[in-house]
Amino acid sequence: MKRTIFSNQLLPWLLLAPQLAITFIFFLWPAGQAIKQSFLREDAFGINSSFVGLANFTALLDSPEYLNSLKVTAVFAISVTVVSMGVALLLAVAVDRMLKSSRTYTTLLVWPYAVAPAVAGILWWFIFNPTVGVMPYVLEVIGYDWNHISSKTDAMILVVIASAWKQISYNFLFFVAGLQAIPASMREAAAIDGAGPVRRFFDITFPLLSPTTFFLLVVNIVYSMFETFAVIDATTEGGPAQATNIMVYKVYFDGFIGQNLGSSAAQSVILMLIVISLTVIQFRWVEKKVEY
Amino acid sequence: MIENRPGLSALAHLVLILGVVVVALPVWVAFVASTHGPTDFMSGTVPMWPGPHLVENYAKMLDTGLSTSGTPPVGWMMFNSLVMALSIALGKIAISILSAFAIVYFRFPLRGLAFWCIFVTLMLPVEVRIVPTFQVVAGLGLLNSYAGLSIPLIASATATFLFRQVFLTMPDELVEAARIDGAGPMKFFRDILLPLSRTNMAALFVILFIYGWNQYLWPLLVTTSSDYYTIVAGIKRMADVVDGLPQWHLVMATAVLAMLPPVAVVIFMQKLFVKGLVETEK
Repeated sequence: MKRTIFSNQLLPWLLLAPQLAITFIFFLWPAGQAIKQSFLREDAFGINSSFVGLANFTALLDSPEYLNSLKVTAVFAISVTVVSMGVALLLAVAVDRMLKSSRTYTTLLVWPYAVAPAVAGILWWFIFNPTVGVMPYVLEVIGYDWNHISSKTDAMILVVIASAWKQISYNFLFFVAGLQAIPASMREAAAIDGAGPVRRFFDITFPLLSPTTFFLLVVNIVYSMFETFAVIDATTEGGPAQATNIMVYKVYFDGFIGQNLGSSAAQSVILMLIVISLTVIQFRWVEKKVEY
Repeated sequence: MIENRPGLSALAHLVLILGVVVVALPVWVAFVASTHGPTDFMSGTVPMWPGPHLVENYAKMLDTGLSTSGTPPVGWMMFNSLVMALSIALGKIAISILSAFAIVYFRFPLRGLAFWCIFVTLMLPVEVRIVPTFQVVAGLGLLNSYAGLSIPLIASATATFLFRQVFLTMPDELVEAARIDGAGPMKFFRDILLPLSRTNMAALFVILFIYGWNQYLWPLLVTTSSDYYTIVAGIKRMADVVDGLPQWHLVMATAVLAMLPPVAVVIFMQKLFVKGLVETEK
């Protein structure tokens, strides 16, 4: 809080006006519309709509397609988070040992952050392309017949790799910063007491890194649930047979291509509740950090 | 490093080199593919070394593009992307720094409510309110315009919080001195706050430029006229061919061009980039 302030009453509103106008027109109003729409059902011609209470929600929870989408989202989000954080932590621990070369390695590892998710999707789609791709050729040598156009598992692996690849650099930067914040004296003390590198990592480094890990956990779940829309749309488009139809993709598909506005709005509301809870968790964490 | 263990250091180098290779692999493959001619893909697999068609492919894409996919020349799409990325980045910075100034340096009724309205935008990513937001933009007649591409995306809670944080750490004596010297709020803002937040603005700009350039879903929805296609959203239209194989060498040339500007920004402004990334997550 500032002790000294300006006393104008109108000026602050003028300063806030552009931000508040955009927030209201493009955020709050549409969100309100989505909530309203989720309680309505339109007739086949989209002319009349009637209040149907929670029918859109109960219909969703009864729909095997939606339940499948929930499951797919969970598998996808957990895999992307685990893969990208695991690889990033390994690289960060390795860089942390380096004295002179750490800057060079960091530069070589951070740039995928700048690659658009859609472009990342296209790149991996090409590498794994069953007719011209490099990876199916390599996999064939070890006896695996890769085909993400027909195989559900292959399609899931493809979108997980593409999404995780893009996120490694982000996690890496935060892990490196987290590792540098751990006082060297702690690890030195453990080393003097005879703890080897592996023991030191699990007993000292990893627990002390937990604030960073928790923070990244939330960020990665949010990333894999929402920002990966482009990866899915640029590659599998939710297929084959709904195997990669994550929730955000289904909202888009049902709303724009299926034109089922009530159901799409109900899905939007469910997603909003998820983002709100994730944001609350993230901010609670910022207030009282996990520390030892 | 705690103790000298050559074996462990060698292992760390190995892990890092492997990591760099894995991270770079897709881009290398794309680059190699973009330097070959259309017939080089007939044999079944992609070559691993660059071919002789680099200049030819890139010149063709920048200049005429892939007309069969209904997309304009890549040069034009890159220009659209640039306009969108710059408008989003500069727009977000401008409206956020003004909001933060209002919230930190003034006391007025409903200040808390205004702050909360801005905070709520964090919880409403475009992906969860796609259909109604599209209807609003369509209703305002903003489809197929640069305004429609950028304005709905420039509200920013993170940028506002960042500037709020920066302003809160500035000493109160600055305002006192400015007031004694007879400066009004806007003069204080222009002559003292703006110059002092220059590095923060630059760091934020790097992050927001990348964010703007990489937008996909939003441009996909609001552009139906190819005049406004952005490169990131346009590339999928090229890879999507109904019958036959996509012209991979040209699609990959476009992919390389689509990542070039943001990747260059990260590499050449690495310090600002890291600063921006860490600050926006506080």
